[in-house]
Amino acid sequence: MSKSAMNWAAIDADPRFQKLHKRKTTFLWSLMIISMVYYFLLPIGTAYFQDIFKIKIWGPFNVGLLFALSQFIVAWAIAAIYANRANTEFDAMAQEIINDAHNIK
Amino acid sequence: MNAKHLLSSLPLLAASSLAFAGEGAVADEWKWLTFLVFGGIIGLTMYITFWASKRVHSTSEFYAAGRSISGMQNGWAIAGDYLSAASFLGIAGLISLYGYDGFMYSVGFLVAYITVLLVIAEPCRNIGKYTLGDILAFRNDPKKTKTIAAISTITVSIFYLTAQMVGGGVLIKTLIGIDYEVSVIGVGILMLAYVVFGGMVATTWVQIVKAILLVMASLVLVALVWAPYGFSLPGILDGVVHNDGIQKQVAKLVGNAATNMTPEELGQRFLEPGLFLKNPIDQISLGMALVLGTAGLPHILMRFFTVPNAKEARKSVVWAMGIIGGFYVLTLFLGMGAALNVGPANIIALDKGGNMAAPILAQYLGGGANSMMGNFFLAFVAAVAFATIVAVVAGLVLASASAMAHDIYVGVIRGNQATPDEQVKAARISSVIVGIVAIVIGIAAKGQNVAHLVGMAFAVAASGNLPAVFLTLYWKRCNTGGIILGMLVGSFSAIALVMMSPNLTYPKAIIKDAQAVLDGTPAKDAVPAKASEGFVCELFAVCQNKEAAKPATEAKPGAIEKLAKLNEKMATLTVPADLEKAKKDAGKLEKDIKKAQDDLKKFEGQTTSIVGLEKPLFRLKNPGLLSIPLGFLCVILGSLLYRDKRSEEMWDELYVRQNTGIHAEGSVAH
Repeated sequence: MSKSAMNWAAIDADPRFQKLHKRKTTFLWSLMIISMVYYFLLPIGTAYFQDIFKIKIWGPFNVGLLFALSQFIVAWAIAAIYANRANTEFDAMAQEIINDAHNIK
Repeated sequence: MNAKHLLSSLPLLAASSLAFAGEGAVADEWKWLTFLVFGGIIGLTMYITFWASKRVHSTSEFYAAGRSISGMQNGWAIAGDYLSAASFLGIAGLISLYGYDGFMYSVGFLVAYITVLLVIAEPCRNIGKYTLGDILAFRNDPKKTKTIAAISTITVSIFYLTAQMVGGGVLIKTLIGIDYEVSVIGVGILMLAYVVFGGMVATTWVQIVKAILLVMASLVLVALVWAPYGFSLPGILDGVVHNDGIQKQVAKLVGNAATNMTPEELGQRFLEPGLFLKNPIDQISLGMALVLGTAGLPHILMRFFTVPNAKEARKSVVWAMGIIGGFYVLTLFLGMGAALNVGPANIIALDKGGNMAAPILAQYLGGGANSMMGNFFLAFVAAVAFATIVAVVAGLVLASASAMAHDIYVGVIRGNQATPDEQVKAARISSVIVGIVAIVIGIAAKGQNVAHLVGMAFAVAASGNLPAVFLTLYWKRCNTGGIILGMLVGSFSAIALVMMSPNLTYPKAIIKDAQAVLDGTPAKDAVPAKASEGFVCELFAVCQNKEAAKPATEAKPGAIEKLAKLNEKMATLTVPADLEKAKKDAGKLEKDIKKAQDDLKKFEGQTTSIVGLEKPLFRLKNPGLLSIPLGFLCVILGSLLYRDKRSEEMWDELYVRQNTGIHAEGSVAH
């Protein structure tokens, strides 16, 4: 694979690359927005919804603690969802483009 | 060791905690144990360095460990790099003093890795080589962007590094009584040995070892803390709610409101938000700096060049998130355990910020200050803290050295014409220079207020580096003009806002407080609540901000007056228990007086902070809310106003390569 042999504009325009680009963009932005909204609910909640955060649900364990702990679960879940989709789908799509990159002119 | 035995040793600790406040937490008779544990851990890291030094010959090996670190190993190394003393000791301490709010702090540090995972790690691995500059130079003017990236990398790293050096020096002194200067030089020399001889290989493995030790130590401590409650979550929380020391701490924090609360309500309040973080806008600003700043920290970015490909980079973030998140969940129990067993009052007595909570909890859990196990536990946690500082500093020095040698010397001065040997030599010389600078700054900053520096590093990374990296990767029209304008304005606005913020020391306020301690405060009338005159007023001290109503307060006597009265009273006391209590109170008052007098002496004649302000002009502690959007805006504006053919032409190549990994820098076979 010599570096000069690549026609980058042609690869960019290739339908397979466009498909990868579109799927990845939609997926990444959705995950990013979900995680940011969920995260910023924490400072907003502690500031403006203190009464809800104080509700006890399991002995002294309250909604606030549950919500803070759920942040960890959500972060891990988003990482797992992304890694899973990237491993199974995006990597394969990229590999197909890599294998064929020389022939795309 | 069973839990009952551990609990019975509490009085021992209470008695001894006062005795060692001056010369380190470890008593002289146990110092040998401390040195043994420290020696063991230092020996281990030295062995790693020796082993690594034989594998580091090329620049790729020096900066990127030959790109042969696996995803899992890199995940541990990222955790080791990221879990600095501030997050390990600081957050456990905040939880032990302020409960819920301390824990909330840690959430942002984990969520930050979502940004790293989704938008930064893989593209950077695919198009980058060793540095932030390499990523920016891919499609933009290489010399200009490498220069500005190098300046930014060195600035961010030096901020972070100074905080680590100063914090580390103080910590080692508090823990084992070694002089501040000696520990700073010790940290510096060790870190230099790792970096200069073992490059990224040694740095990576030191970070991995440190992360494993840290997680192990925390697991043991949490098991010991939680076992008496049968590993029940409501059980340990119940313990918190009914703990006398915690109730007293909450009563102190909420002030007048405490009079209407039952002891249980006070205890429960510890598990609710609002004891530490009071300004929601400031919290959102901090959250922005955390979740966007981590992805712009050069020493974290650099870690992604050590793995063979983008898939391993992805795997390393997932591992890092598991380790970092799991660790922060453990700190919740460490903090609560310290509050339950040692008590907030005793923790504050050792260190106002609560940094000693985890070490002192370890000592208690091992059997107390007079037991061998107690001191072994303390020594172990202290050694892990020491290893933490050294490992984090090594990563920072490597990042700065790569910016200096690879971006500036090789990229800009030599125009990429340096031979491989020259490059490695430049890297080693730069490491020594940065290392020496770190030691000098560490010593010069002794006793300075450095609390704002880590926040500033995150803010500059989020406002300067992240917009530049993000837009160069994802926005077709981004170019050299935008990168330069955005990085300059983003970084400078972040720094300027912090310099005007309440984080700095304002002598007038300190002098006023000290005077109030000594002479007391006169009676004050009630003040009605004031409304804010607009959003700008909540950010800048140029107009009236909203203020809560203040009830009328009675005159309070000063410490000098109180002490005189107490001394009179003591002469009449006959019951030994009362006399003992009075003596203790007198001791406390004397300490307060001494501190107030020291403050008065230290700030005598000073009226303004180091930038010449009498009081903060910017009301938030975190500038991200303003500086991050400003950084993004300036990258966009600069790009639109400037024309750069190369940036446009290279877009297709950059976008294809960052998504597919074609022509990505490969790993070096050993």
